[in-house]
Amino acid sequence: MIRSEILKEIAPILRDELVVCNIGIPSQELHAIDDQPSNFYMLGTMGLASSIGLGLALTQPKPVIVIDGDGSVLTNLGTLPTIGNNAPSNYILMIIDNGSYGSTGDQPTYTGKKTDLAGMARAAGCDTVIEVQDVDTGDALQAALDSGKATVLVVKCESGNAKMPVITMDPVVICDRFMKAVSS
Amino acid sequence: MNIDKKIADDLVANGVSFVTTVPCKQLAGVIEEVDQRDDIFHIPSNKEDEGMGLCAGAWMGGERPAIIMQNTAIGVTINTLATLIQYYRMPLPMLISYRGELREPVACQVEMAVHTKALLAQLNIPTYHFHHQRDVEEFDNILKYTFMSKKPVAILTDANFWGGYGDQ
Repeated sequence: MIRSEILKEIAPILRDELVVCNIGIPSQELHAIDDQPSNFYMLGTMGLASSIGLGLALTQPKPVIVIDGDGSVLTNLGTLPTIGNNAPSNYILMIIDNGSYGSTGDQPTYTGKKTDLAGMARAAGCDTVIEVQDVDTGDALQAALDSGKATVLVVKCESGNAKMPVITMDPVVICDRFMKAVSS
Repeated sequence: MNIDKKIADDLVANGVSFVTTVPCKQLAGVIEEVDQRDDIFHIPSNKEDEGMGLCAGAWMGGERPAIIMQNTAIGVTINTLATLIQYYRMPLPMLISYRGELREPVACQVEMAVHTKALLAQLNIPTYHFHHQRDVEEFDNILKYTFMSKKPVAILTDANFWGGYGDQ
């Protein structure tokens, strides 16, 4: 499976949750598959989805699902110790690990070679780290939500992107409707 | 006047409840003060752009954030300031240790100091420079201004403000 197929499959789970989605094609795919006010789309700032989601989870009680990528986590590796030492029980970091920089032309990342993101998350202090194959994403995500434990979910899948339109929504609108969803 | 306490008092009085920090020698006292306050959740970050991501999330979660960092971090946070904090119109007070200014003992610090105000000006970030201890009296108004305008605002605090390095 590629990322967009996973997103389609888990859209019914994501729909009712606060979602912080990674820059570029992941946000475009989620926006096209099931746009929701409770989705925060990153339009820039590669690497910070996990940090934005952590700040959000620490300041309000609803579950927060971060949809991140292997390339983005690699660009902000300092996030893993911060998560490992501070993540509250309502925080789920789902890393779609397709071993490539999808938004820039599928150049390989090091996680497709020797680097093990799940191992790095564990070494950084994250207590619950689960690695699954693409077909098991829905079950694993639902289990993480039900567990009430801070979870890092590494989803191994194939490299590839769906052709989706660029998000043209104004960032202030994205932020405003998201904040209303947070406080509703 | 204890400027560390005054800064923490003003943060609390303005409802700032989420503070992330990347340390600097000059900021050690204020970071310790912030860490001890019951009304503030203090979360150290490993890099300043990561810290700004945490602050963006905290703002959307309904709290008022702030970041405490060194001016060298302006060099690593320009993209985050432009495409996250400014683009989504979020308020962010940035209490910044202004290394490389008067009474600075480390020459390399001057190399980023000479770019600091120019970079902030290029980003249209409102910028204040605390040089004397009495300048801290403006901090309360700067915080109010930051959350009114929903912009990142820089407060540069140099070695003279913090009392120098003893022998400088």
